[in-house]
Amino acid sequence: MNDLIKLVEDDNAQRRTNLPDFRAGDTVNVHVKIREGNKERIQVFTGTVIQRRNPNTNGETFTVRKVSNGIGVERIFPALSPNVDKVEIVRMGKVRRARLFYLRGRQGKAARVKERKAKVRQAVAA
Amino acid sequence: MSGLIGKKIGMTSVYNADGQALACTVIETGPCVVTQVRTVEKDGYEAVQLGFGEKKEKHTNKPELGHFKKAGTTPKRKLVEFKEFEQGLDLGQTLKAADVFVEGDFVDVVGTAKGRGFQGVVKRHGFGGVGGQTHGQHNRQRHPGSIGACSFPSRVFKGLRMAGRMGGNRVKVQNLRVLRVLSDQNLLVVSGSIPGAKNSYVIIEK
Repeated sequence: MNDLIKLVEDDNAQRRTNLPDFRAGDTVNVHVKIREGNKERIQVFTGTVIQRRNPNTNGETFTVRKVSNGIGVERIFPALSPNVDKVEIVRMGKVRRARLFYLRGRQGKAARVKERKAKVRQAVAA
Repeated sequence: MSGLIGKKIGMTSVYNADGQALACTVIETGPCVVTQVRTVEKDGYEAVQLGFGEKKEKHTNKPELGHFKKAGTTPKRKLVEFKEFEQGLDLGQTLKAADVFVEGDFVDVVGTAKGRGFQGVVKRHGFGGVGGQTHGQHNRQRHPGSIGACSFPSRVFKGLRMAGRMGGNRVKVQNLRVLRVLSDQNLLVVSGSIPGAKNSYVIIEK
């Protein structure tokens, strides 16, 4: 990519460093800034990440799915949006694909994701 | 009308204060040099000629070289005249992006569209095509259909839109908002897309 474009995207690079390394299958808390009139507050959306689209680009988004009162809810967040205050990983999931659309057709016990132990990731890092 | 000459760098997106992602184009603009000042007394109209982009001396012919020498500058690749420039300018003066544009301005951008070659009517004029594959259609999905009536007028009207060469023409997009001006690098970030390929020259009018 052109260096001059990188200059324009500087702000985004800053935000990217604040983003934890989460993947599909992880359960995350997404802190979303919500503006009501002049007041700003933070709402937390908790669910399973079912995909990360266009990772490491300016337009990266991720989709979080949760089941609320028996109804599946999915929200797509622009990863570098200033409205996404922070992302916390609650639980890491062990999955064998990058896009977990199969979760949409499942309910209850069948819609679980196996847990990935943190130990595994440390070993990779070392 | 004031303006500058620039070079299209490419597209990206930026977030505004509301957190919306806006598609934008990055343009490198300036430093532009005033290479000629046209006056009513001498030329019959008011304008300034700006130059942008470096060019080797060996690629410049003698009359051009003299023209640049008069302005006290190096040979420039692109020369554009701007009529009735709002700021009074002198010969040889340099203009940077921040001298002309500020954040929030609305600008028009002129460029040469990418050449698309010989294209059919669906791409070139936005025709709908034949609209289906049944009712006897099998080899004409993107055809224009009828181009006129029969024995009267016995001809095809002039100017009827048909297939042909597309692109490569001068295009102006109006009312693009200046999202950001990076004065150190002479960069301009405008909302939306602008005509032409990357590294092509564009004229930014304010």
